[in-house]
Amino acid sequence: MNEQQIHTEVLPNGLTLVMEKMPAVQSAAFTMLVPAGSIYDPQDEYGTSSVLADMLTRGAGDRNSRELSSDLDNLGLQRSESAGTSHITLSGATLADNLPEVLRIYGDIVLRPQIPDDQFEAAREGALQSLYALEDEPRQKIFSELKQRCIEKPWGRPNEGTIEGVEKLTNQTLKSHYQRNFRPNGAILGIAGNIDFKNVQEIVQQVFGDWKPQDPPALIPEETGPKWDHIEHDSAQTHIGISYDSITYSDPLYFAAWASVSILSGGMSSRLFTEVREKRGLCYSIYASHSSMKQLARVLCYAGTTNERAQETLDVTLAELQNLSTGITGAELDRCKARAKSSLVMQQESSYSRSSSIARDWHHLGRVTTLNEVQDQINALTVPRVEAFIESHPAEDFTILTIGPRMLEKRI
Amino acid sequence: MKFHETKLNNGLQIIGELSPNVHSVAIGFFVNTGSRDETDAISGVSHFLEHMAFKGNDKYTADDINRIFDEIGARHNASTSEEVTLYYAAILPEYLPQAFELLTALIYPTLRQDDFDMEKNVILEEIGMYEDQPSFKAYELVMQRHFQGHPLGQSILGSPESIAALTSTQMRDYHAEHYKAGNIVLAVAGNIHWREIMELAEQHCSSWPAGKSPRDTREAEPNPGAQMIPKPDSLQQHIMQLGKGPAATDDLRYAAELLSVVVGDDGGSRMYWELVDPGHAEMAELGYNEYAGSGTWLTYLGCRPEQVEANLERIAKIYADLNENGITETELEQAKNKVLSRIVLRSERPMGRLSSLGNNWVYRQEYHSVEHDLELVRSMTCARIAELLASYPLTQQSTIGIGPLAELPVG
Repeated sequence: MNEQQIHTEVLPNGLTLVMEKMPAVQSAAFTMLVPAGSIYDPQDEYGTSSVLADMLTRGAGDRNSRELSSDLDNLGLQRSESAGTSHITLSGATLADNLPEVLRIYGDIVLRPQIPDDQFEAAREGALQSLYALEDEPRQKIFSELKQRCIEKPWGRPNEGTIEGVEKLTNQTLKSHYQRNFRPNGAILGIAGNIDFKNVQEIVQQVFGDWKPQDPPALIPEETGPKWDHIEHDSAQTHIGISYDSITYSDPLYFAAWASVSILSGGMSSRLFTEVREKRGLCYSIYASHSSMKQLARVLCYAGTTNERAQETLDVTLAELQNLSTGITGAELDRCKARAKSSLVMQQESSYSRSSSIARDWHHLGRVTTLNEVQDQINALTVPRVEAFIESHPAEDFTILTIGPRMLEKRI
Repeated sequence: MKFHETKLNNGLQIIGELSPNVHSVAIGFFVNTGSRDETDAISGVSHFLEHMAFKGNDKYTADDINRIFDEIGARHNASTSEEVTLYYAAILPEYLPQAFELLTALIYPTLRQDDFDMEKNVILEEIGMYEDQPSFKAYELVMQRHFQGHPLGQSILGSPESIAALTSTQMRDYHAEHYKAGNIVLAVAGNIHWREIMELAEQHCSSWPAGKSPRDTREAEPNPGAQMIPKPDSLQQHIMQLGKGPAATDDLRYAAELLSVVVGDDGGSRMYWELVDPGHAEMAELGYNEYAGSGTWLTYLGCRPEQVEANLERIAKIYADLNENGITETELEQAKNKVLSRIVLRSERPMGRLSSLGNNWVYRQEYHSVEHDLELVRSMTCARIAELLASYPLTQQSTIGIGPLAELPVG
């Protein structure tokens, strides 16, 4: 792979700027992580960070909501704002020439949002309607519900909030959340594309240099569970969510953990797809993925199946997860490596995907791993190493949630 | 970027847009067949056949196909629409020979009986999955409603009944009729030499049977009306509506694409400001879809049931105003800026270029470079949008509702 050009700069106020130069593209993309995610939502107002993410672009600096939107559209910016577990993420991509102007406007959005009272009801109503829509789509809903049962809160909170939480919200809560959590120390700005390091650095310093740091708020642990649960829903399919513990992205054994999940669900030759879908025809959609936060990690697995076949699907899926402990083959591992290689190379074609990768790397590791380093780590994986990882971190102690007309039996 | 085109003796068309400045190559076989080429008796066969393609041929079993694609790290899949069945893969250039051979194996599968019986279950599960997703369900139903009596009204997935009754013999016959070389376009984008593509095509595709199957592309005359599918336990109401738009070969389609951005983009559009931004609706969008011989305006509304009436009136008012007064220069300029940037961003990856490359050829036998597409957007005028609206006014002719409402509220 080509040598990447990466440069990192930590501003005096703590904001970390991570840049990657991609000379072959015409675009530039940014991903800004501000440490104001759902773990900082007030305890009975879940959804605060999510509604705040929407409010940030409803007026900032001298621009009202429409002026802001129109100016960003005219800069060709494809953008998104969302609340995650640890961060509110603001991201966008456009032609590289437009980046300086875009960053200036984002200075207003991040440092001078109006959070106007007259826009609050509209933003809250939009968030509520998204939560209603989620209730109607069990395939989406199950992940939010599973996360609440398998991850200690506050990390397991629903990022989109709850209907009760959003109903209680006031605009004052949003303003306090903004004031308490928007800080440069802990914020990361990843920028990738056809950029000049020095120019971008100067602009970022001008725009974000005056941002004042403050101490991070304390987190309050809450209860989690139960580990076996069912939500009744009048649906055509039963939706099955399964979770078990894994290790984080910063763990030295991470790539072995990644390989173990990739063997389960990394492609059409993976075990879950082959055993559950191809051989038995039990479902259309089945997969598992490794989900890592900074503090903890889980494997999350999903299967959707018609109600008559749901019990068999659950049994077969659990058996496959446990079957990992009986060993993996060299051929399976080689396929994981091949998939990883092509995915790493193709990342180099997308400024958006690079801006988000380098920002997330910094969050997890405090540095950027180059694609070559990742490649070396993956090449170094061997069957014994992955098996040793699985032996010390077996798929067990599952959290299981089903959504559908009938509860299933737990047969482990 | 360099464009190449050729045709094999059997009629297979091959096009390539090649560039040394990217890392991967994307390759797709666009088969000119889909649900509109089916009858009720074989409803869902195109899509079911697309699944069966992955079950292999005499040389490769289903396991082989899945395994080898993973061994070369391919990002591959297939899709079925009303008109096109697409088999594609994005790979690193050194793996092109393997990916190419596997994709050609997909196009002529063996269609074994036991695979057919097993895969039927997966298709039924897929139907069940979409049943639980109101937006998919509404789309499928509104197409059936709007295009009643016209081939475009055929369901892509088919029904549980039509799938249960389908035989492998019917699928074989359908395959023999529609998977002829003259019905297929091979498109390639990315970092590869044209010579290599030609050699692979000669090796793997030249024995394919020649011929082309006819298709009835007369313009559909919509069958207006409304139908509500009650789901009393749902919290949100989904409404989908179709109206008549320009067809895939109509030059007005460029204007239609820009107009849909001005009117119904997911942010910064008229519908966004009137319905979504104030919190009246979770979703309010206008899309433009093109087909051979026909086209549609697709209106999508998702909101609380009690707001449906007011929201439909808001949309009707927006459409009436546009039909009468058109759009402003400012709106057009903003839409252009959005679309220009989207085109550039999408085309940075070979996989992003593939669909535009293939579809332009399948529908119009045209090649458009990125620069040409950008120029078409830049040269759009409000006068041209007005021409479009005069020929194809924004309408909400056919309606499907899914959600708590048993009847469509009419103001």
